[in-house]
Amino acid sequence: MPGQHLAPSVARSVKILVVGAFGVGKTTLIGSVSEIEPLRTEEQITTASVGVDPGLPEKQTTTVALDFGRLTISQEIALYMFGTPGQRRFWDLWAGLADGAVGALVMVDTRNIEASFEVLDQLELRTKMPFAVVINQFPDSPQYPVERIRAALDLLPGTPIVRCDARNRTSSAQALIQLVEHALTFPAFQKAPA
Amino acid sequence: MSQGDEYRDHPVRSYVLTSGRAHPTRNTLRPETLLVAVDGRPAPSTATRQQRDLVRLCRGTLALAEVAAYLALPVSLVAVLVSDLVDSGHLTIRSNHQAHVLPERDILEKVLDGLRNI
Ligand SMILES: Nc1nc2c(ncn2[C@@H]2O[C@H](COP(=O)(O)OP(=O)(O)OP(=O)(O)O)[C@@H](O)[C@H]2O)c(=O)[nH]1
Ligand SMILES: [Mg+2]
Repeated sequence: MPGQHLAPSVARSVKILVVGAFGVGKTTLIGSVSEIEPLRTEEQITTASVGVDPGLPEKQTTTVALDFGRLTISQEIALYMFGTPGQRRFWDLWAGLADGAVGALVMVDTRNIEASFEVLDQLELRTKMPFAVVINQFPDSPQYPVERIRAALDLLPGTPIVRCDARNRTSSAQALIQLVEHALTFPAFQKAPA
Repeated sequence: MSQGDEYRDHPVRSYVLTSGRAHPTRNTLRPETLLVAVDGRPAPSTATRQQRDLVRLCRGTLALAEVAAYLALPVSLVAVLVSDLVDSGHLTIRSNHQAHVLPERDILEKVLDGLRNI
C-alpha cells in the first residue's frame, strides 16, 4: 500500500461522484479510470426506516460502502471519483460527499431504467450540481434511442447522455469529459467578472 | 500494551470517545482533502496506534479517504483523528483551498485537458 502516495507536487484535489442503482457498474467505471486499485471504505449511517417493515425500529444502522479511485491529472491536481448508491435513505452520507463536488455521473442500466429514478430525484432535489447520464451497455441491454431515454428519465435538453462501456478506460474517460464540459457551462464555474 | 491502550485503540470505542467534540479543523476536512505528515515529526508519544499508523501513512500525500481505506476505518472517524493531528502540528492539509468552495474554472479546464489526454 505505500508507494501509492501522490507526487509531492500535487496540492489540489477535485471530486466527481459516480452514482446509480446497485450493480449498475459504478465501481467498474471508477476502476477503469483510476491509477490505483479502487479502494473501499465503509461508513455506518443511521437511516430512518421508511415504513417498509413495520416490525423494524424507527432508526436503523446500515453500512454503506464507498468505493473510490484516483487519477493524477496534472502535476498539481488529483481527481478523485467516489462511487456511492444514491438512494434517499443514504442521503446523510451523500450530502457530505456532494459538498464541493464538480458534478456527478449518473449510471443507468437500460434493462432497469426505473431503478435510476430515485437517484435522479435526489440529485435534482437536493443539489445544484451538474450531472451527466451514463448509459452502461450490458450485452442484453435494449438499445433505446437517446431521445427516448431522455424522455423516460425526464431530463433537461442540456443534460448530456453518454453511452459507455464502463470496463473501457477511454469510454469511461469520455463520460467524465462530457460531465466536466457540461459543468463548465454552469454559472458556478463562470469566471468571476474582472 | 496496557489495558488503557487496548481500550483507546478499539475503533468503535474511540469513535464514541471522539465524536461529538468540537473540532475547528474537522469542518474543513472532506474525503478528498489531501494530507501529509509534517516533515520528520513522528506521532506524539501519547498517540494511539491508529494515530501512529495514520502519521506513518502520510509520509507522502494521500487523501483522507485513502487513509481511511488503508486503515480500514470509517472516513468520519479518520476525520476526527486527522483533525487532532492537524491541531497538534503533526499533519498538514496539503490541499489548501477552503472547504465548501468549488474548484475554480481554470482547475476544471486543467482536469478536462488531463482527461482528454487519456
Ligand atoms: N458487460 C458489461 N458488464 C459490466 C459493465 N460494467 C459493469 N459490468 C459488470 O456488472 C457487474 C456490477 O458492476 P459494479 O461495477 O460492481 O457495479 P456497482 O454499481 O459498483 O455495484 P454496487 O457497488 O454493488 O452497487 C460486474 O460484474 C461488472 O463486471 C459494462 O459496461 N459492460
Ligand atoms: Mg460498487
